[in-house]
Amino acid sequence: MELKFIIISIISTGIIGVLLGVIIGVVAKAFAVEIDERIEKVEELLPGANCGGCGFAGCSAFAKAVVAEEAAPGQCPVCSGDDVANIASYLGIEAGQGEKMVALVRCSGDISNTVRSLYNGIRDCRSAVVVAGGAKGCDYGCLGFGSCANACPFGAIEMRDGLAVVHPELCVGCENCVATCPKNLIVMVPAAAEVHVYCNSPEKGAAKRQVCKTACIACRKCVKASGEEEHMLVDGFLVKTNYENPPSADLVEASACPTTALRVAGKHAANEYQGVSK
Amino acid sequence: MSDKPRKFKGGVHPSDSKALSASCAIQDAPLLDKYVVIMHQNIGAPPQLLVKKGDVVKKGQLLAKAGGFVSVPLHAPTSGTVSAIDKCPGPTGISVPAIHIDADGEDEWGSPFEPIANWQNCPAGELRQRVWDAGIVGMGGAGFPAHVKLSPPEGKEIDTLILNGAECEPYLTADHRLMLEQAEDVVLGAAILARILGLESAVIGIEENKPDAIAKLEEVAGKYHVRVQPLPVNYPQGAEKQLIYAITGREVPVGKLPMDVKCVVQNVASAVAVADAVVKGIPSIERVTTVTGRPVKTPGNWRFRIGTPIAKALELAGGITEQPAKLLLGGPMMGIAQSSLGVTVMKNTSGILLISSDEVSLYSSEPCIRCGRCVEVCPMSILPATISQAVENKRFDWAQELNVQACIECGSCSYVCPSHRPLNQHFKWAKVEIASKLRRRND
Repeated sequence: MELKFIIISIISTGIIGVLLGVIIGVVAKAFAVEIDERIEKVEELLPGANCGGCGFAGCSAFAKAVVAEEAAPGQCPVCSGDDVANIASYLGIEAGQGEKMVALVRCSGDISNTVRSLYNGIRDCRSAVVVAGGAKGCDYGCLGFGSCANACPFGAIEMRDGLAVVHPELCVGCENCVATCPKNLIVMVPAAAEVHVYCNSPEKGAAKRQVCKTACIACRKCVKASGEEEHMLVDGFLVKTNYENPPSADLVEASACPTTALRVAGKHAANEYQGVSK
Repeated sequence: MSDKPRKFKGGVHPSDSKALSASCAIQDAPLLDKYVVIMHQNIGAPPQLLVKKGDVVKKGQLLAKAGGFVSVPLHAPTSGTVSAIDKCPGPTGISVPAIHIDADGEDEWGSPFEPIANWQNCPAGELRQRVWDAGIVGMGGAGFPAHVKLSPPEGKEIDTLILNGAECEPYLTADHRLMLEQAEDVVLGAAILARILGLESAVIGIEENKPDAIAKLEEVAGKYHVRVQPLPVNYPQGAEKQLIYAITGREVPVGKLPMDVKCVVQNVASAVAVADAVVKGIPSIERVTTVTGRPVKTPGNWRFRIGTPIAKALELAGGITEQPAKLLLGGPMMGIAQSSLGVTVMKNTSGILLISSDEVSLYSSEPCIRCGRCVEVCPMSILPATISQAVENKRFDWAQELNVQACIECGSCSYVCPSHRPLNQHFKWAKVEIASKLRRRND
């Protein structure tokens, strides 16, 4: 009696299972969605950071665009040259790699250089700028509450003594930080350029020196030191690196910048300019 | 309209500390040798500069003309030479352009317009133009151009003119003294404003903690059909929307203006400025400001020229007796903290307030404990606690859904919050982010 029930249930379950299996098999064949396997392969080759630096919604959307030849593999700012070459050779298309760009925070005024008053409010640059302009003396400089560092998916921005410092070797150039800065301090510069002016204030030299020890006072020492070559450009009361024709790291030594606003990116990131002001 | 004022929802009762300066009569500040007139003193477009370095100006002469309809002209506070058009520390913490004037000590008049003696028969349009030409803004603190409120668009009917003499901010007594000492001018200003709007009468709303000013105004109010309405003491009684509700029982919908409920509100100091501009032909070049706070040696009320540096104002008040912890422009609830003594008196500077270090403490914000006190006191019936959490998580879209734009930034929620949350700053931030998102979308 009991054995009979067990046998019947085993058989009926088995039959139902086989039937459903057949149905699933048929449906899977009949209604199959064709996936371009290349998209999956390209997505595997991409870093999967989903930073949006390429301009697409994420790595998956970018892979789709690359396969459809709407985007070049080189548009991914995170991929190394080898990664891009791999994707390009797999798809048999041009790599289309542009120049690698990194973010530059155009300010060197840490809290020991330019302090004005105590700020006890919300520690977010975009909020501080609304109520009192934060604690720093300079109207144009880094507020130091790290909105950019929070926006960076790669941890490439370090907040050091109330100053955002980009580590160029970690920066992939996704530009997420650029839009967050309420002072519009962050610009994208070629990674190959080593020397930058870490100041953004268009004020006169004397006015800048009143509020910051490391402001660029446009003394033009660096312009003269670069000689005939137009490595540095003067823009009002501010000198800027000529990124069309960037100088080598030696220029910083040669020009002996009196305020140390002129810095080598790697050394600035390694905190080698601490407290230097002649 | 009943005589009994309504009580708006919420509000707080901070210690008013007005006794420090309430009994001090208004004194005329002596002429200085240098004034720094900040260019952009009004809400709306900045004015357009008319003078250059080296120009010789007379007192009252036009320095800059209105840069649009929502903008007002600027006038020279005294006669002298324009020594520079340069930056000076601004009230919001960043430097702003300003006109630096070296006074010649003559204080010679060069008014841009003549008095209108017979204002009762003057067309309303001409009077309105005079208010604009005189550069009058909301002198209670907002700095909104007065003529804009007096120009309701076609089809918008106005039936009530309210003069705001509530002065609900603690410490401030400038409006109080003005109503007490220049009651006739306040009433005259009210009558002129009423004429511009085509009204027969006006109401002056005053908090009950100023009985002497109420009595004085009631004495002279009858002359021009002006009614004095005492109001219960409740911060923010002087906020435009709360004042309208207390006096008329009408609620201004979110995103709408007092005009939409047929009301116009002007500050009492603005009314006096209107009376001066029309009857005496004086543009807006001075204002009464309270210099007060425990660290101030002799607190009081002074009539300062626009462009008087804060440092000079504090000198007049005898300097300081102890190192202050904070300097505010305006009152303690809505005033803006300053980091420089170089800021100068503007048309909307109602007070210069020093706070001593034992009155203010540094605190760190703690998590919300959901006690609901902020919801109880919010006069706009929004949910400060929830909005603050939305903003903390950068959910500005959510804050927008919760109507953060309705916030009048009165600071009542921050005042009562036991967790010391920076609620007011959260809302200011959210409003800016929402506005910039809208601008981006429109671009």
